[in-house]
Amino acid sequence: MENIYLLIVLSPLVGAIIAGFWGGQIGRVGAHWVTSAGVGIAAVLSLFVLYGFISGDNQVFNGSVYTWMVSDGLKMEVGFLVDHLTAVMISVVSFVSFCIHIYTIGYMADDEHNWPQESLAGKNSYQRFFSYISLFTFSMLMLVMSNNFLQLFFGWEAVGLVSYLLIGFWSVRPTAILANMKAFLVNRVGDFGFILGIAAVVMYTNSLDYAEVFKAVPGLADTQIQIFGDTNWSLMSVIGILLFVGAMGKSAQVPLHVWLPDSMEGPTPISALIHAATMVTAGVFMVARMSPIYELSETALSFILVIGATTAMFTGLIGIVQNDIKRVVAYSTLSQLGYMMVALGASAYAAGIFHLMTHAFFKALLFLAAGSVIIGMHHKQDIRDMGGIRKYMPKTYWTALLGSLALIGFPGFSGFFSKDAIIEAVHHSTIAGSDYAYAMVLAGVFVTALYSFRMFFLVFHGEGPRDEHAREHLHESPKVVTIPLVLLAIPSVCIGYFTVDAMLFGDWFAGALHVLPQHDTLGELGKSVHGANSMLGHVFLSPPFYLAMAGLFVAWFIYMKQPSLAEKIKGLFAPIYTLLDKKYFFDEIYQAVFAGGSRGIGSFFWNKGDRKLIDEIIINGSANNVGRFAGLVRNIQTGYLFHYAFAMILGLLFLLTWFVIF
Amino acid sequence: MSDLPILSLVIWLPIIGGILVLASGDKQANITRWTALTVAILTFIVSLPLWSGFDTSTAQMQFVERSVWISQFNIEYYLGIDGISMPLIVLTTFISVFVIIAGWEVIQYKPSQYMAAFLIMEGVMVGVFSALDAMLFYVFWEAMLIPMFLIIGVWGGPNRVYATIKFFLYTFFGSVFMLVALIYMYFKSGSFDILAFHTLKLTLTEQILIFIAFLMAFAVKVPMWPVHTWLPDAHVEAPTGGSVILAAIMLKIGGYGFLRFSLPITPDASSSLDWMMITLSLIAVVYIGFVALVQKDMKKLIAYSSIAHMGFVTLGFFIVFMIAQNSDSASGAVLGMEGGMVQMVSHGFISAAMFLCVGVLYDRMHSRDIGDYGGVVNTMPIFGGLMVFFAMANAGLPGTSGFVGEFMVILASFRADFWFAFLAATTLILGAAYTLWMVKRVMFGEVANDNVAALEDINRRELLVLGSLAVAVLVLGLWPAPLVEVMDASIQNLLKHIVVSKL
Repeated sequence: MENIYLLIVLSPLVGAIIAGFWGGQIGRVGAHWVTSAGVGIAAVLSLFVLYGFISGDNQVFNGSVYTWMVSDGLKMEVGFLVDHLTAVMISVVSFVSFCIHIYTIGYMADDEHNWPQESLAGKNSYQRFFSYISLFTFSMLMLVMSNNFLQLFFGWEAVGLVSYLLIGFWSVRPTAILANMKAFLVNRVGDFGFILGIAAVVMYTNSLDYAEVFKAVPGLADTQIQIFGDTNWSLMSVIGILLFVGAMGKSAQVPLHVWLPDSMEGPTPISALIHAATMVTAGVFMVARMSPIYELSETALSFILVIGATTAMFTGLIGIVQNDIKRVVAYSTLSQLGYMMVALGASAYAAGIFHLMTHAFFKALLFLAAGSVIIGMHHKQDIRDMGGIRKYMPKTYWTALLGSLALIGFPGFSGFFSKDAIIEAVHHSTIAGSDYAYAMVLAGVFVTALYSFRMFFLVFHGEGPRDEHAREHLHESPKVVTIPLVLLAIPSVCIGYFTVDAMLFGDWFAGALHVLPQHDTLGELGKSVHGANSMLGHVFLSPPFYLAMAGLFVAWFIYMKQPSLAEKIKGLFAPIYTLLDKKYFFDEIYQAVFAGGSRGIGSFFWNKGDRKLIDEIIINGSANNVGRFAGLVRNIQTGYLFHYAFAMILGLLFLLTWFVIF
Repeated sequence: MSDLPILSLVIWLPIIGGILVLASGDKQANITRWTALTVAILTFIVSLPLWSGFDTSTAQMQFVERSVWISQFNIEYYLGIDGISMPLIVLTTFISVFVIIAGWEVIQYKPSQYMAAFLIMEGVMVGVFSALDAMLFYVFWEAMLIPMFLIIGVWGGPNRVYATIKFFLYTFFGSVFMLVALIYMYFKSGSFDILAFHTLKLTLTEQILIFIAFLMAFAVKVPMWPVHTWLPDAHVEAPTGGSVILAAIMLKIGGYGFLRFSLPITPDASSSLDWMMITLSLIAVVYIGFVALVQKDMKKLIAYSSIAHMGFVTLGFFIVFMIAQNSDSASGAVLGMEGGMVQMVSHGFISAAMFLCVGVLYDRMHSRDIGDYGGVVNTMPIFGGLMVFFAMANAGLPGTSGFVGEFMVILASFRADFWFAFLAATTLILGAAYTLWMVKRVMFGEVANDNVAALEDINRRELLVLGSLAVAVLVLGLWPAPLVEVMDASIQNLLKHIVVSKL
């Protein structure tokens, strides 16, 4: 099997290398074929591996590929752990990536228009883009297939690098190159915590290997360490929270969420692939993978729960006031990532991964649909310019409708099963913060439905498009764009129904995710509901359904029925509107405190420390003192004989006096 | 093979070659260049058996050459290498080849003297790394200053005289104290054998004084805060090749000195003063990181970034004692030391590449000011790709060599104290911030002005140089095992030696 796993990761890499280095020679067609083929191979093989686990033919694989380094007895390796969790992840990643490769052929077809004419960076940009997304696929697959912390960190940073390159892909746009630097730096803040977490793991278990670490942690469950003075901290909480800081960066949790909306500066295919379906869920995957550690610290779980719930609710609210089609979807992604984190905090790891999977499909779908609309609108992204697009782009319309219904958790759609499971699991959770989280995720259902259908109605329904210029040229996107939409719409609708039994209530994740009996919220849930049909049967008894319908209705009423109402409400709640419109002022505060602050500190150290104190006072100062002293001494050496004679006489007198007295 | 005096060859081949190049004059500049390149490549090839024939299982000195030099004072011509010096020697011969190529067309003023200075420099630096007689070491150590003094003073920028004198006085000031310490130990032991110094019994006071004397010499070279201010000035004024040698090799001599002299000769002083060394190292990481952020001159920025990266080297070396205390064994300390060593080699590649990148831009625009650039990637896409790659390596991206050493040192320093690791790990943020901010302003955006619009992408010579370094950075990042393996026995042995008190 090892060869198959190697092939899964290496075929996208080979595609990326060929398209990247020889893009000019193989041309555009060659580049998209070689990369799509590479990712296609990975997708087919991943599904084959997944099938092997479903049929029971596959065994869990845990082995090393090569030894990166051995130092001090600490073995650092590159290796694979392929179990049921990995199988799901690689299938989702490679399948979504494959859809996006195809979609990109259409979306990036006219990329030369995005570059100044004489720019050489715009030459072969099409090939470069394919190279990057294949490289991303490779990195992401390495991340999820890792069997150790080192490779996890490798993949973690590698996806960050590709994200950096792709957000700033149109490097002539000032907003894009600011956004990509911001994304990288905010992620580095997360990685700062992450690497300390890894260091703590290594210190106490002397290993980077998952299996060995997980074997060692139960014995460390009661270990206390001291960080601030003599206060005792539970080691597991410290490790858990430090690692989670990494997840907060990568999965854009409050307060490290600020980079994700700005990442929309990148081309839409990567917003779908990286900033919705796969990379941003790496944090969720990581926490789930580390479940043996997190189960040992309720403090860390509570922390995750509260952060996740806050993200789920408050970023969703921002989504209501956004007017850029991609930004609405981006805030929706933030909010849904919050849901996944809430699931993890409630120890419902399986529900978190389950929502990760369903979300990957319907959110990639929504982004690609948004991209299709953007193509139709000639790269206008303001939803206030749109409207009535339903008539012009029927395929986009219908697939976007399916995606939106999945997102709001309409009964029977994939999002329904995953979101409902999360809400119910939190309901059963008893750890600190679970009541708050439950309230937030419930209210979030209403908010989700509201912003989703606000956008949906404004874009597709009513008269329009409101932008005159766009109306004349509006037509459905080509097949390379619509086929991926259909490919993603299918799982968005039905994957939940078919997999929920196994993933949440069955033993699919039994070997991969570790849950202590007292935290087993999904087990509790399983006592009252027994599977997909049972969940559907409970629909009308549970609040989420009514909240979602209410959100949908409010969106319809405000934006379709009484369009004047929106402005009135805006006026009525002006301060709240401003707060949301300014995204709670996070950007302004960060800009002033962190960006400004570091530059201030830097200037202070440089001007006062290096230049003033060290150079001017100490170094040049002592040089000057030497000079001054030499100047003084020079006066003695005048060259006049009578001066020297005088000095000799003085000396003689002194010596004589000395001898006489002593 | 073993009969050949390989070390002597690696030292004297470039020196004699350099003298020949010098004698050939500037009339036929091309012949001069080719001769210089041939010598550098030959030296590199001759140095390769040091790696391939190296026995990784022992900490003993290998390739030893020993003969009497000045018998009255018991000074010997005594050479030998272990796992600590060998990688640094190969690094020296490797980088020197690219320094010669990088100066190919760029240096039109007295090319023969330029090339000769670098070749002589190369031999002398190898001498520093392989000398096992303290007096021989000292001679090489001081000899190193002369070519560098000339390189900055003759081919440097407008403020070169200030910079070169500052450089000279700073380093000379430091090394005088080292000489006193060496002579003191000669009187105690009767020879200048460095390995004999290792086992020499010294009281704590003696050790502390000797330690401080060494510190003066090595801290200036590394450079450690607060004796670092010569470095940005020297870099800014030095020609590209000078900056490369300075950053890639000369700084490493300071780090090497700690491993060869300070730690084994004065282990008790090192142990009792480790708090000071750790503090200075962490200041280098954090304080210098902030200073680098506000630099407007690209070379200054990279110079400051070098200081911050070298902070990891000294941090890795001096957390040893606290780790040993915390865990009753030196477990984990090896990781920090090897991390420091790996960081030195990696920084050799990355800083060389970064300075060469600035050199590429400077050759075309005659400016190092970040504000004069913008959107370079539009006119130099190949160069852009390479520079972004090296910038990422400088920011410690996994998969590049820049990550390896930092990762090891952070892991190890966590064993010493949470807060050491905490402060050291800020480099993840600071390093990325100053490097990427520079890249953003220089490489990305719209073409800033007509000068940038007129830029031409790198030629094959420049591609060869930067491409080779990129491969080196990538290989070391993806597979550092061979490098760690060669140093392992020597580091283990060193560690065993220094945790035992001499008192």
